[in-house]
Amino acid sequence: MSDLMKVSSNPHIRSKVTTSNIMLAVVIALLPAAGFGIYNFGLDALILILVTVASTVLTEFLYEKLMHKPVTIGDYSAVVTGLLLALNLPPAAPWWIGVIGGVFAILVVKMLFGGLGQNFMNPALGARCFLLISYTSIMCNFECDTYTGATPLATLKAGGNVNILDMVIGRTAGTIGETSMIAIVLGACFLILLGIIDLRIPGSYIVSFVIFIILFGGHGFNPTFISAHLAGGGLMLGAFFMATDYVTRPITKKGQYLYGIFLGILTGIFRIFGPSAEGVSYAIIIGNLLVPLIEKITLPKAFGKGGEKA
Amino acid sequence: MAKLTFVGGIHPYDGKDLSKDKPIKEVLPKGDLVYPLSQHIGAPATAIVKKGDKVLVGQKIAEATGFVSAPIYATVSGTVKAVEPRRVVTGDNVMSIVVENDGAYEEVEWPAVKPFEELTREEKIDMIKEAGIVGMGGAGFPTFIKLSPKEPEKIEYVIVNCAECEPYLTSDYRKMMEEPEKLIGGLKVSLSLFENARGILAVEDNKPDCVELLKKLTKDEPKITVKALKTKYPQGSERHLIYATTGRAINSSQLPADAGCVVNNVDTVIAIYNAVMEGKPLMYRIVTVTGDAIANPRNFKVRIGTNYNELIEEAGGFKQQPEKIVSGGPMMGFGIFDLNVPTTKTSSALLCMTKDEVAAMQPSACINCGKCVEVCPGRVVPSKLADYAENYNEEAFVKNNGMECCECGCCSYVCPAKRPLTQVIKSMRKMQLAKKKK
Repeated sequence: MSDLMKVSSNPHIRSKVTTSNIMLAVVIALLPAAGFGIYNFGLDALILILVTVASTVLTEFLYEKLMHKPVTIGDYSAVVTGLLLALNLPPAAPWWIGVIGGVFAILVVKMLFGGLGQNFMNPALGARCFLLISYTSIMCNFECDTYTGATPLATLKAGGNVNILDMVIGRTAGTIGETSMIAIVLGACFLILLGIIDLRIPGSYIVSFVIFIILFGGHGFNPTFISAHLAGGGLMLGAFFMATDYVTRPITKKGQYLYGIFLGILTGIFRIFGPSAEGVSYAIIIGNLLVPLIEKITLPKAFGKGGEKA
Repeated sequence: MAKLTFVGGIHPYDGKDLSKDKPIKEVLPKGDLVYPLSQHIGAPATAIVKKGDKVLVGQKIAEATGFVSAPIYATVSGTVKAVEPRRVVTGDNVMSIVVENDGAYEEVEWPAVKPFEELTREEKIDMIKEAGIVGMGGAGFPTFIKLSPKEPEKIEYVIVNCAECEPYLTSDYRKMMEEPEKLIGGLKVSLSLFENARGILAVEDNKPDCVELLKKLTKDEPKITVKALKTKYPQGSERHLIYATTGRAINSSQLPADAGCVVNNVDTVIAIYNAVMEGKPLMYRIVTVTGDAIANPRNFKVRIGTNYNELIEEAGGFKQQPEKIVSGGPMMGFGIFDLNVPTTKTSSALLCMTKDEVAAMQPSACINCGKCVEVCPGRVVPSKLADYAENYNEEAFVKNNGMECCECGCCSYVCPAKRPLTQVIKSMRKMQLAKKKK
């Protein structure tokens, strides 16, 4: 009898939520944005998404095989990275951009720092910024079969007019997955309902960003200008899917608010005062670097030492 | 009004339906009874019988050693077979008195009891001490010490922990439904020790019938209130129970008395009633025998010292081969590898599961999701503490409130990466506590 029973230290029960459940849910939540991107930009977008995801998964697999480490592609985290990276690429980018980005994201940003949970920077964003610097002309070319003009934010920055409705629906130029506010928010709602992400970071990020552009945007409280900034560029995708990346955001509640506010202000500075119309990616990777510091200064108070209420 | 509770906590499958509706059944032991001399926190008791001695039901067989200790009584009549080390639930071998049951259940002559109004405070506390009563919720701290704080007049609340927040356990529930007058009687005895105290019966709101029954029975007791708490694990954790009922929060290095509170478990309070009102020592406890491997899960009134195998037999044996057996609840209990161990003063349940969820899930890398932080009732950061503990970084562990962990297990339960968070934090805490003692 005794050799048939298992013994371990308590607790003896576990919740059914696992890392791969969570990652799979994130993949599902990204599908509306990806689907709209394919609808909006056509077959090229689909091919780019597939190539990028394949390269992230394959890179992780090969690295772990060569290093004789347990293969972890079953946790879907590489799929999430590949999908997020693809959604951040311009639809007209050649397929090899997806491959280079995918390899960089997994190999350099994730695996070399110790794999899942150890990377200090969001792999998809790290790779996007790497590509932006290395292949600026490709990464900033948003002309494709469907759209020939500039992105709405670039138009706005140049003083032009934009159509808010098109921006909310997503019928504009931009990266594959960032254009449709509706699709992104739909996916985000799914994650919020499942309790996988919450509104602490996206909420504080968006609110502080709005306050920043009201104060410094040069248009005061102008609903059209504000809506264009909310719906345009990578803000929605960044706020809901990349700033909330578990590994690279603070774990403490107070820290998450602080992080969101910091991202909002930084994005505002980049968009309003920077040379480029965009700023979300850089804001988030700079935010990533500050996470250890934020966690340190926002260590919660323990129960019975003032922390019982919050 | 917001529900009475605390921040954090979890809602695991509670499994209480398996056993909650069946009345408590008394078990008559067949085999030998084993009384470990250490069934409480503090110094092990000293045996006062030797091999060959005849003992009666209710006879003292071991004396308290020193202040923090408790005596032990025989629960059957028979002959002392041996005083030798025997295995207990934790897997340790503990010096124990083994009594061969003669099946006659011959009792000692019970002392006459005075009405409790005529007893002095000292007499009552002495009766509780002599009865060998310890915290029966699981900790096993001698109850008379809890009831004699330095400044008894500063105690404002005597709280009975009727939360029973551990999944599967229904022994407190059954007892409250079957012997509520003893529970209230025991609370009245406790209240008589503290002139400025009010009594609180703190019940989780998943037992509405119980809340109603206790409210009905205490409606003419101005000093006693029944409080329904939000159902959430670990609502029965002493510090969190005090917070939920009184709004006072104490940290790990404080005692309930620092918040003007005394907290006792249901079984303990009933034992106080038996000791003071009936003059009987602690001899029985209620044990929930349950789990999906058990044929007929239910609660049993068990004589302390009874072998666990007999309890399984009483519950109809196994209908399926169990993969894991836990003495106590699934969150705080001990995984046991041998059923040939005795029921002690602190055995609350015997949970037999056909599947061991822990073994089925391999730990993987932390993804920093923060679920442990979300559920931690101690308001610490379990994932970080576990990192410090694994790297034996004592300084960072203590600095980041590692000692404030209450070891409830919520973080290990929710962790999607299935990291053994509670386990490593617990080991580190033990090492730190041992160091402090030196």
